[in-house]
Amino acid sequence: MSLKYTKNPEKRSLPMMQGFAKWMKKNLFSTPINSAISLILLGLLVKLLGPFLNWLVFNATWEGTAQTCRHNDGACLVFIKEKFIFILYGFYPRELLWRPTLAIAFFIGLCFYSREISRWNKRLLSYWLILILIWAFLLKGGLFGLESVSLDKWGGLPLTLILAVIGIIFSYPLGILLALGRTGYLPLVRSFCLGYIELIRGVPMISLLFMASVMFPLFLPDGLVLPKLMRAQIAIIMFMSAYMAEVVRGGLAAVDKGQYEAADALGLSYWQKMLKVILPQALKIVIPPTVNTAIGMFKDTSLVLIIALSDLLMTTKTSLKDPKWLGFSVEAYVFVALIYFIFCFSMSRYSKRLEKEFSYGGRS
Amino acid sequence: MEKISQKASWGQFWYDPKKRGYLFQFILFITVIGIGSFLVSNTQQNLARQNIASGFDFLGQEAGFEISESSIDYWADDSYQRALLVGILNTIKIALVGNFFAIILGVFVGIFRLSPNWLLNKISETYIEVVRNIPLLLQLFFWYAVFTEIFPDVKESLNPLPGVFVSQRGLFFPIFKEHFIWKWVWITFFTGIICTFGSSYFLKKKWEKTGQSWSLLPFASIFLLILPFLVWIFGGAPHQLDIPELGGFNFSGGMTLTPEFVALMLGLVLYTGAFNAEIVRAGIQSVSHGQWEASQALGLSRWQTLRLVVLPQSLRVIIPPMTSQVLNLIKNSSLAVGIGYPDFVAVANTTMNQTGQAIEAVVLIMAVYLFFSLSTSFLMNYYNRSQQLKERGA
Repeated sequence: MSLKYTKNPEKRSLPMMQGFAKWMKKNLFSTPINSAISLILLGLLVKLLGPFLNWLVFNATWEGTAQTCRHNDGACLVFIKEKFIFILYGFYPRELLWRPTLAIAFFIGLCFYSREISRWNKRLLSYWLILILIWAFLLKGGLFGLESVSLDKWGGLPLTLILAVIGIIFSYPLGILLALGRTGYLPLVRSFCLGYIELIRGVPMISLLFMASVMFPLFLPDGLVLPKLMRAQIAIIMFMSAYMAEVVRGGLAAVDKGQYEAADALGLSYWQKMLKVILPQALKIVIPPTVNTAIGMFKDTSLVLIIALSDLLMTTKTSLKDPKWLGFSVEAYVFVALIYFIFCFSMSRYSKRLEKEFSYGGRS
Repeated sequence: MEKISQKASWGQFWYDPKKRGYLFQFILFITVIGIGSFLVSNTQQNLARQNIASGFDFLGQEAGFEISESSIDYWADDSYQRALLVGILNTIKIALVGNFFAIILGVFVGIFRLSPNWLLNKISETYIEVVRNIPLLLQLFFWYAVFTEIFPDVKESLNPLPGVFVSQRGLFFPIFKEHFIWKWVWITFFTGIICTFGSSYFLKKKWEKTGQSWSLLPFASIFLLILPFLVWIFGGAPHQLDIPELGGFNFSGGMTLTPEFVALMLGLVLYTGAFNAEIVRAGIQSVSHGQWEASQALGLSRWQTLRLVVLPQSLRVIIPPMTSQVLNLIKNSSLAVGIGYPDFVAVANTTMNQTGQAIEAVVLIMAVYLFFSLSTSFLMNYYNRSQQLKERGA
């Protein structure tokens, strides 16, 4: 008699409803306490989520004016429809909106292209640098017959993306340098990097942005003026590189000591050792926390509104000041929250995927 | 001949990592000094040209602005120094209360995340994912807008519990009427905390010596509940409540929390609590499964296992990242300036706008937060060391 493996026939023949009941019993009503918790939570969910959904969807006002909104109880989605363009693009000239839209499209395209780890090489890095140039060209204009748009007209989502992406691209190498300096063998360099990292990590980002908005102009010689956007960008890079440095340092510490010793034994110089042996391993280990830091930075770009730069959050606040449309803040905030959430959540999902891939694949 | 030896000596210098290191450091030193002095001289020229005073003399001048919330007496004709002190105290208040609730929330949600109850698990996960992926500043604006736009006018305040009112003006709830005995109840209570720690130390010593284990519970309940209660009874048991009452345009009596304070607290606690929850979850998961099975074999309940076996071990993993979350909450409390709560940054910002002394104001902000950060990490590192495994030869 040959033994043949069959899937549990009982389980297979269970009708759909019975399977569901079994699942409920196991996951919701396994013990009396569990049942009580489940029931209380269900009650709470219905009580809280119900009115919220009513407000947001069923009672919402989709058509009409501010007046219709004020008569109805629900959310005023007309406001979002009305202010959609302004929230996304700020004061960018209405007839030139295809330019920032194209810039965002390029960005999202490149994000999708970079998803596969097998495409991570020097060419990809150059694509990202080219993307920045394309952005500058599309948004600023002034070349090849494109109309020039001044920096203070930039706003909304493109501005937020610029601050975040340029911040990440520049602070990553700076962070690596700082981490190397902090762990290196030169005492003066080490204490300089240590002091910088600890100082920056000890103060809130707002203080750096204040510095960018009010102190940087004093630092520069008379006649040289940097636009506020650039000053804020410098502050963001300064801030972020300190955090990146700590992430990279974690990676440097996680690389096996034997690797350092082996590289020394081969007679490699410091830079050969770091660039060819240690950093490739260290950076790979810390990819998940690096992405987390990047998410944090993306969220923190919203702080630039405190020094009156019109990023995504600032354009939302500005749109709320329209006297015709007063009193719809909650709707507007839920809408921008959704935009931020989509970006950050996909990044964090991606970081989880990378974590998995690297933990299965090992150090190839 | 001459030429070759010179070349060799240069080569010797260049290929000696130690000497090359000196050279690099020298170059770095010169560069930093150079850039620094360039910036300083620029700044001095700019300040002189724009007629901006420098130095901290402005601290003694009259501030001339009101601060809506203060834990000490403050009037608009007080000095900048005192205004800034009010800001520092508000920041400390936010940091203490916020971290207290954020850690409690984090511990509970972290445990919920591992619950076998599917619904509890998914609700906790949704909360964490939603809150972590939205900028804190936006969340603060949202909560503030909920207060100012969704909640009704003072006259039509919501009344969710007897004596508790919620309106655009904030949160109002009853407190006990002032009576001299309350002060003594609190003093007994805080002395009780010290005595509880003392008796826990004493019991541990006794256990180590004789092997007899005593429960701390009776001691704790005597010191923390019964003694303060007796003091309250002997003080005449005052139990009159000071209930907020609507009179004219606002409530009087009771305790008032402004919308700015409540919105800031809600935002900070919910945001940091989500990060804390993930840290607690990771910490609990770091304890090997064998520990759960072993304590089950010993007959401990799930809750006992968690409290007596798993949590003490996971604390070692939890404390270091929790420290940085505590620090993050302190630094993030600076976003209060966005919704108009008078924390230190908000007061310093007003000072900066009035005096025009940007450099001094920014330096003050940085110094104060650096002090908070360093002292907090010092305290937390001390606590961390007390929780780590004691190893031989340490």
